[in-house]
Amino acid sequence: MSIAPLLEVQGLRKLYPLKGGRAVRAVDGVDLALRPGESLGLVGESGCGKSTVARLVLRLIEPSGGAIRFGGQDIARLPEAALRPLRRDMQLIFQNPHAALNPRRTVFASVAEPLVVQRAASGTALQARVAGLLRDVGLPESFLWRFPHELSGGQKQRVCIARALALEPKLVVLDEPTSALDVSVQAQILDFLGDLRRRFGLTYLFISHNLAVVRQVCDRVAVMYLGRIVEEGPAAQIFAAPRHPYTQALVASVLPPRPGALPDAVLAGDVPNAAEIPPGCRFAPRCPLRMERCTREDPALAGGGPHRVACWAA
Amino acid sequence: MTSLLEITGYRLAFDGFEGRAQVLDGIELTVQAGETVGIVGETGCGKSVLARSIARLVEMPPGRVLGGAIRFEGQDVFAMDRRALARLRGHGVAMIFQDPMTYLNPVFSIGTQMEDVIRAHDRAEGRRMRPRAAAHARAAELLAAVRLPEPDRLLDRYPHELSGGMRQRVLIAMALTGDPRLLVADEPTTALDVTIQAQVLRLIAELVETRGLTLLLISHDLGVIGALCRRVVVMYAGTVVEDAPAEALYVRPRHPYTRGLLAAVPDLARPDHRAQPIPGHIPNLLDPPSGCRFHPRCPMAIARCAVEKPLLREVDGHRVACHRAEEAA
Amino acid sequence: MSLALQRPGFAARHAATLRQLRFYAWSFGRSPSSMLGLAIVLLFLALAAFGPWIVPYPGDGSGAMNLSNRLKAPSAAHWFGTDEMGNDLFSRVVLATRTSLWVGLTIVGVATLIGVPLGIAAGYFGGWVRMVIMRVTDIFLSVPGLVLALAIVAALGPGILNGVIALSLVWWPGYVRLVEAKALALRSEPFVEAARAVGAGHGRILALHILPNCTSPIIVKASMDMGLAILSAASLGFVGLGAKPPAPEWGAMISVARTYMPNWWWYAVFPGFAIYLTVLGFNLFGDGLRDILDPRSSRG
Repeated sequence: MSIAPLLEVQGLRKLYPLKGGRAVRAVDGVDLALRPGESLGLVGESGCGKSTVARLVLRLIEPSGGAIRFGGQDIARLPEAALRPLRRDMQLIFQNPHAALNPRRTVFASVAEPLVVQRAASGTALQARVAGLLRDVGLPESFLWRFPHELSGGQKQRVCIARALALEPKLVVLDEPTSALDVSVQAQILDFLGDLRRRFGLTYLFISHNLAVVRQVCDRVAVMYLGRIVEEGPAAQIFAAPRHPYTQALVASVLPPRPGALPDAVLAGDVPNAAEIPPGCRFAPRCPLRMERCTREDPALAGGGPHRVACWAA
Repeated sequence: MTSLLEITGYRLAFDGFEGRAQVLDGIELTVQAGETVGIVGETGCGKSVLARSIARLVEMPPGRVLGGAIRFEGQDVFAMDRRALARLRGHGVAMIFQDPMTYLNPVFSIGTQMEDVIRAHDRAEGRRMRPRAAAHARAAELLAAVRLPEPDRLLDRYPHELSGGMRQRVLIAMALTGDPRLLVADEPTTALDVTIQAQVLRLIAELVETRGLTLLLISHDLGVIGALCRRVVVMYAGTVVEDAPAEALYVRPRHPYTRGLLAAVPDLARPDHRAQPIPGHIPNLLDPPSGCRFHPRCPMAIARCAVEKPLLREVDGHRVACHRAEEAA
Repeated sequence: MSLALQRPGFAARHAATLRQLRFYAWSFGRSPSSMLGLAIVLLFLALAAFGPWIVPYPGDGSGAMNLSNRLKAPSAAHWFGTDEMGNDLFSRVVLATRTSLWVGLTIVGVATLIGVPLGIAAGYFGGWVRMVIMRVTDIFLSVPGLVLALAIVAALGPGILNGVIALSLVWWPGYVRLVEAKALALRSEPFVEAARAVGAGHGRILALHILPNCTSPIIVKASMDMGLAILSAASLGFVGLGAKPPAPEWGAMISVARTYMPNWWWYAVFPGFAIYLTVLGFNLFGDGLRDILDPRSSRG
């Protein structure tokens, strides 16, 4: 048998009730598994629920249903007090480093916070540890007493990474970690995240809308559409031969850094509202391959081997 | 024949608490009617403030023009009186921006806002303002031109009821109101999802084609620029470092910064290509580096680069501001 | 590992803070109206602090009788003239600043102490906590403050202390509203989420992440409210429910003076002008603070 997964999510759901008995189905039955040391990319467009999955997995929000097993233990229902020791092992890195640091606190205070909260270090040991973390992320010690507004975007993201690494987590959830950064800085941070993973044996859940970035960082990819995973498999396979029509459209819409590459607008229309998910396959209304069956029956992820797809036409 | 847009030696600074930031330093850029020009660069390179300068939308103070001129159809933009400026904005230059929601008033319907724009254009052109009903019909026409379905129903809706892609189309429709010569699009698809981005870029390409618009597209994304523009201008720290036909620029970049930028972009189609970072940081414009502003980060820098500011010159069909442009492979 | 980190000196650790303060001073100084406000507020504070030592007739503050001098017009000896008891009005107006200052500070201080914790709790916890706090706040806000204060003073009995208690009790709901909105916005900020993700408790998040980021609007509102609180206390004095003559208090002075209008105009005009100037000063000062501390809300 293969190694036990570090994180295993089954039937994860998050509903936000609306007036009139309806609900926004932000996450609507997601299954995921991450082996230790692997990097899984979760891709999709805005509103598909990928950031909600990130926060559910870390139990920053309460799931409406499903199981989240972290290191074998189901944490979906654990109260906050029982979660606190587990929080050492899972951390989050945010999209916008400008908002992820408290503007009133110094770099030292921000990076030291996890150590202080978890009572992992204090006094001079704390200071030495924070200075060491800053060195690990390639920032000089003189940054300790600076405030976030004095740092560039890339430097702030490094501070956020230092904070996330402070407790030596096993799982790091990265929510669009480079999409607020310039490309030259993005390349630095991506390189650096790859290094860290190798050095500390981290497991990444990497959330992004940028397929090219995911391609560079992730071993496996899961594609989300309207709260559900529609395709999942090894990154190389997914990008070279996508099987779900939505994945195909996503890949075709990516603009390569080359001239004259205006893509066909493969998909017409907008992403529908998560409060009005159509019956049958949720992608059917926009799907170029739609069949009669698609509007009636909801396809599940299927297929032998690691590459699985939720589509009747695939 | 005069060029549609001619920017010569344009220098702009912002005065602030910490001193004077030299945001644009000697911009040289000429755009002929019918061209599609992309300006690409990273945060703080001055591309957006340059775009806003064309329609004189930079607030002064804190902004301050230190030198140079911007001419639109031969007329100096900074010498224009109120009426000429009103005509320039809209009839001459139309702009669309990154975040369409910021440019729509949430308390008025799309129809009301479009009618206002249409009637304001009438006034700016010295015509009598057309009645609301006529403006309404014209608004519906414009919405149809940007491929929005059911324009008449859409006119009764409010901005928050529209998706991001639809809002951007509404703004494009508004920009077309005065039949502008030049469309300046500042990161028009950055806030949109990729599938929607593809739709909007298609639309812009089609409008440029059918209406004979001149396009100035500002973006940080080399993919977006490459999709729409035949000519690309690369900016770094307030200077134009390279200006070349798109094909030449992407295939044989001449400026070390252009090369760095291209190497930094991950490419889905080339999985073996690892994005290469550019070492160092964007310079502080309060105290920009001497000589070439890129020299502290440049892998090819020599002593001369720190002393002498390279001017744009013709090398191999590119205009490049680099002392070692000839050597670049 | 290397040896323990050298803790740098005060200047190095606070260089950023000092630079920020210099920036505030610079942008504040660029606005003439803010500087005028600051000047008035400083003058007011100086008069409150040193009043008894700089006025020509310190004894007149407690209401000495000097009937030969009553109701004299302004002159070199009595800059603001004299009142019906023959007291020097300039001395009494200046001495009253101290009363007004403590009245203003107490009202605003008590209101902040009640309103800010309630507002933070309502905004951060949401749910039924917010429901209860905001409903109570709404009830208080729906009754005109001064009328409610009048009712409370009527119940407690007149007097300046009771007036201050009454005004403090009606003043806090504004702070709840202000802070609740801010805390609600901060609750979903990524840095608060980051603190929760490392296991920080509610107390730590409230004290270190929410409260410090609420201070700017609180300071701005408090400085503007100083003027209003002083005005309200003067109003209580005017209707006879606040300070009682002969204690020097602007509202009470005007109250007595109105029977001497218009022939002895200076008696009412100078205390009135003092109120006007103080309210104006604190408002300009508060506006200036808002421009530098909370620039987004001052535009547009």
